[in-house]
Amino acid sequence: MVKLADGAQAQQKKATRAAYGATLAELASEGVPVVAVDADLTGSTTTKKLADAGFADRLFNCGIAEQNMVDVAAGLAITGHVAFTGSFAVFGTGRAYDQIRNTVCYSNLDVKIAPTHAGISVGPDGGSHQMLEDVSLMRGLPNMRVLVPADYAAARAALRLAAATPGPVYVRMGRASVPCVYADDVELELGRAYVLREGADATIVACGVEVEQALKAAELLAAEGIEAEVIDALSVKPLDEETILASVGKTGCAVVAEEHSVMGGLGSAVAETLARTRPAPAEFVGMRDAFGKSGEFDELMAYFNLDARAIVEAVKKVMARKQV
Amino acid sequence: MTELERRANDMRADIVRMIAEAGSGHPGGSLSCADILAALYFGGVLEHDPRNPQWEGRDRFILAKGHAAPALYAVLAQAGYFPREELATLRKLGSRLQGHPDSNQVPGVEVSTGSLGQGLSVAAGAAAGLKLDGAPQTVFALLGDGECQEGQVWEAAMFAAHRQLDNLVAVVDRNGLQIDGRTCDVCDPGDLGAKFAAFGWDAAEVDGHDLDALVAVLGAAKAGRDGRPHAVIARTVKGKGVPFMENEAGWHGKAPNAEQAAEALAALEGGAGKESIRG
Repeated sequence: MVKLADGAQAQQKKATRAAYGATLAELASEGVPVVAVDADLTGSTTTKKLADAGFADRLFNCGIAEQNMVDVAAGLAITGHVAFTGSFAVFGTGRAYDQIRNTVCYSNLDVKIAPTHAGISVGPDGGSHQMLEDVSLMRGLPNMRVLVPADYAAARAALRLAAATPGPVYVRMGRASVPCVYADDVELELGRAYVLREGADATIVACGVEVEQALKAAELLAAEGIEAEVIDALSVKPLDEETILASVGKTGCAVVAEEHSVMGGLGSAVAETLARTRPAPAEFVGMRDAFGKSGEFDELMAYFNLDARAIVEAVKKVMARKQV
Repeated sequence: MTELERRANDMRADIVRMIAEAGSGHPGGSLSCADILAALYFGGVLEHDPRNPQWEGRDRFILAKGHAAPALYAVLAQAGYFPREELATLRKLGSRLQGHPDSNQVPGVEVSTGSLGQGLSVAAGAAAGLKLDGAPQTVFALLGDGECQEGQVWEAAMFAAHRQLDNLVAVVDRNGLQIDGRTCDVCDPGDLGAKFAAFGWDAAEVDGHDLDALVAVLGAAKAGRDGRPHAVIARTVKGKGVPFMENEAGWHGKAPNAEQAAEALAALEGGAGKESIRG
């Protein structure tokens, strides 16, 4: 069983991005040849912490040049370094997609694309900065693995996992503070999903900030006598099909929740798996072919139907579609 | 004919043969950079070991203009990285010799290239990585002049100067042509030496078909460690060595048919006499 946060720790809120620089510093201290390549956002992405910890020579600030950033990381990788690139997700993936595809993934290099500020939780910056298509972009790339951690401890574990996994890995982090789900020193595995709450009536598969919403939704549903099983599918690629199929085999239906477009992300990955192996009714909570808007995190989660209430409704809808 | 000239001539003959065999590929820009590659690999400029492609003490070479893969394959085969007969498999299903270089398949290829504008950034990152580890090796990148229209080249130029990567040498194959015509007519890259110099680089120009001059200039760039990265603008002729291809944009990405290939080889072997180093 994966180690979860205890009572006191579960009250704390931290952003996943805060784990980035701290974990890089930790890895550097342990002798892992990590380097961070940034694009004028070392404070926001927190890579500055690597320099603050005494590893200034391992931080390469490219200025506002994300394409160069990704390929400089590729060059650092071919000279034996574990290279992380950080920026806002919209620039760190979209602006540099060709670099990630043709140099990093095609060459299968030890480059980790680890942007912060993914999703609508960026908030007031608005639609231009709210990246909701990145998982789709990264998941479609051969050799790329995709991790979407739910909290600070999972982000730390995901970054450590990325460093220990040869080849390209995408680690998606966010700006919003979210409650702790996992114990501080949790270790997570590539290709594993984690059942955080058991239930026989419906399966909720979530990742990132939606894990918190899914757990809240399960509480709300329990009050109505519906027992939902909540799975954190942190490893969007490779996906833990076994855990998800075992759950859907028990519940007979699934809701997938992600702070991302319903096209191409975790929802698509789960739907592909179900369609191929165990067709079952499924509903999708995510952005519906739309750009985001300026607003606060909580407001936006409600406005775009990404919150616990939206998951509750989706669970009721999918349960009604179950074959009797 | 010097041994270096024979090497370059044999590379050109192999470039023509393999592209004709493949039925597609990029002869113009492969022929224009053959002398540059010969100078690097056989002129004593590049430290490398064909028997141990991953040797830690090697200098790094990155073919930013990945469509000149036939020239790279020709020089690697001649150097002994893989059997020369394999050149005949270029672009065929099952071959390691992809249309553009794949570093996971071909020994001696440091990184996969083919999407223009990226190689100089990778080379800069490699140069930074070597410096971080206190390693003395040099990183060479070969760019096309049309490639310099990609904005990322100048992101990399700014980065390399800022990081004082004097262990980095960018060679530009300045043949003046690209797919759509003359570079000065399509979107003029202008004075590339002056542009690199303006970014803080040491910049030199050289006749890209004068092998002695190439060896001297590339060697000097490698030796120069004054805090500035080095740009070598090599003035070349696209299609060099094959008279009917020279300075013709139409031969950028077109394979010769059997008759044209025979004509090309005759011109090359005429220049080489019968002195092939392969006997």
